[in-house]
Amino acid sequence: MLQALLLAAVLGAIVWMFGNALDNLARQGIASGFGFWNERAGFAIATSLIEYSETSTYGRAFLVGLLNTLLVSALGVVFATVLGFLIGIARLSPNWLIRQWAAAYIELVRNVPLLLQIFFWYFAVLRPLPQPRHSIELLGLAYLNNRGLYLPKPILEPGFGWLSAALLLGLVGCLLWLRRARREAGSDRGLRYWLIAGLLLLAPAAAVSLAVGLPLGWELPEFRRFNFRGGLVLSPEFVALLTALSTYTAAFIAEIVRAGIQSVSQGQREAAYSLGLSPGQTLRHVVLPQAMRVIVPPLTNQYLNLTKNSSLAAAIAYPDLVSVFAGTVLNQTGQAVEVIGVTMAVYLTISLVIAALMNWYNRRVALVER
Amino acid sequence: MRVPERTAAVLAWARRNLFSSPLNALLTLLGLWLLWLVVPPLLQWLWLQADFVGSSREDCRGDGACWVFVRVHLDQFLYGFYPPAERWRVNLGIALLLVPALPLLIPPLRRFRRVWLLALLAYPPVAWWLFHGGLGLSVVDTGLWGGLFLTLVIAATGMAAALPLGLLLALGRRSRLPVVRATATVFIEFWRGVPLITVLFMASVMLPLFLPSGLSLDKLLRALIGVALFAGAYMAEVIRGGLQGVPAGQYEAAQALGLSYWQQMRLVIVPQALRMVVPGIVNVFIALFKETSLVLIIGLFDLLGVVQAAVTNPDWLGFVLEGYVFAAAVFWAFCYGMSRISRRLERRPDMKAQEQQEMA
Repeated sequence: MLQALLLAAVLGAIVWMFGNALDNLARQGIASGFGFWNERAGFAIATSLIEYSETSTYGRAFLVGLLNTLLVSALGVVFATVLGFLIGIARLSPNWLIRQWAAAYIELVRNVPLLLQIFFWYFAVLRPLPQPRHSIELLGLAYLNNRGLYLPKPILEPGFGWLSAALLLGLVGCLLWLRRARREAGSDRGLRYWLIAGLLLLAPAAAVSLAVGLPLGWELPEFRRFNFRGGLVLSPEFVALLTALSTYTAAFIAEIVRAGIQSVSQGQREAAYSLGLSPGQTLRHVVLPQAMRVIVPPLTNQYLNLTKNSSLAAAIAYPDLVSVFAGTVLNQTGQAVEVIGVTMAVYLTISLVIAALMNWYNRRVALVER
Repeated sequence: MRVPERTAAVLAWARRNLFSSPLNALLTLLGLWLLWLVVPPLLQWLWLQADFVGSSREDCRGDGACWVFVRVHLDQFLYGFYPPAERWRVNLGIALLLVPALPLLIPPLRRFRRVWLLALLAYPPVAWWLFHGGLGLSVVDTGLWGGLFLTLVIAATGMAAALPLGLLLALGRRSRLPVVRATATVFIEFWRGVPLITVLFMASVMLPLFLPSGLSLDKLLRALIGVALFAGAYMAEVIRGGLQGVPAGQYEAAQALGLSYWQQMRLVIVPQALRMVVPGIVNVFIALFKETSLVLIIGLFDLLGVVQAAVTNPDWLGFVLEGYVFAAAVFWAFCYGMSRISRRLERRPDMKAQEQQEMA
């Protein structure tokens, strides 16, 4: 009875809202459907991973925004994980001072809104940087100014395919060696072990480089009259967003890592020490593998949060999905229902995919334990 | 003769905690170097070389921060564009919040449960009347609300709505009725899967389309609905964790007493479940408090919104850092305060005593 009522109420609400929407759209003369997808967009986008111009379609603009979202999220996940693990481990360091530093970082960063931190990096740090003429030089290779971060750009020359193939070969060889060595009981991992691993990794690539010359060039940014030319340019919006996302999420990851490490019982550590393992070895081979089982599920949540938080890009006009699609495209077409619907669907899909991937990894970590 | 003893103790402590190994000593030096790098310039900027008195930007002469900027804009930061003559209403409304909070601070008052419930239920309409006006008070349009006041309004409404909504959704997701369970699950997963910005966009541009023509909701109200639904979904997952943590024996015992489903939940299960997840609930509150700042993207001026407006004001350019530091300090104080309270609640002895009493 209750179920029938609920079903009726939900269906009724949907029909009612749908009817209202049709009514309102008709009255305001807004088109519906996805006809706009192939129309000319007519606006420019500052940074794009794929070819895009004002004559491209709305569909293309959507793709540009989506790729930008994925780019900043993927890089953010990597940086946040590295930083988060470092700080989480530092939070449990035997060194009192380092512990306090880690705690101060965590308490400061996670109690201030992310949007405020994005604004801080963008408006208070990157925008007031000097003009290109007075750029801050980093090791003579990179330049930082109010137009962005200029890095050397790798140029792939013709033979690059061979080099990557050789690198891949080296990697496979190295992994096989590590696997074999791990299976051999009692093999001590001394200098020789790592030397062979490194040799296996690099030898094929070195051979190719000797044969055809290094097929990888670097294009350095170069100052010409008013601005830099060449090189890899990261816009201030991108740098601000990436920095804020990574440092913010790192604080949460650090707490998760700390809780995970603390969940491994003290006896495990003592047993490892009594076997003669060093603190670093204990952490790597005994504590972390067990802690990972506790760490992975909440870590997944943080990755999801980071991806969703990348939508704050809209506030500083980094052209991500929300900014380009739910912002500019929505304003131009006025088709709120379709645009917001597609945007939400994309985030839902990303959430489900990341959750599925991390569940798969989680199952693997859990299996290793047995 | 005590001093040397103490010095020895300090030295021993330092050797144990700071210099136990070469690597540790290196880390200590790194920490000290960081300290030296960060603290003196920060103190110089924040305090020693900062300007505190004055009323215009001509008074900013030092090399450090110019707090004159914050002082001049303080009223704006706190109340937004709320008419100055009516600001007592905001103060009174926020002070009134103490009435339902009194029993939390003074334990003997907790006996008057009915009165407390009445005060709690009466608060929202009274606050709305004070803030918005009508019935003898001049009307202040919600478009003029802003600053810390608006942040508090959004956060408090979100928290107040998220608890009951989250409880219902959590019960729904654990229901044995498939339709109820499916509805609650889809609802929760949908809101948790999308970013708050898209929810706010939806509330501001899509919601009007879904309502019958003629019925138009206030922009603030639409944002509040979005925030409440969003926070409700997160709250539901936290509470569900608590419901799962209540031992099966409790469910069975409640059933054996012949209680109806709602009685079981109200008298036996939910009180225990909520107590278990107090830290989780506070975490949702903290996240919500921080996320209220997103409303500036749909054109509402919360604390961060007015600060952003002030630092981009052409008359006061160049005080970005001061503005952000002030906003960050306010947000930090609230969030850190909440997390401290939650930690205290976790450890509160009377909570444990109550639990034991109930179990006996």
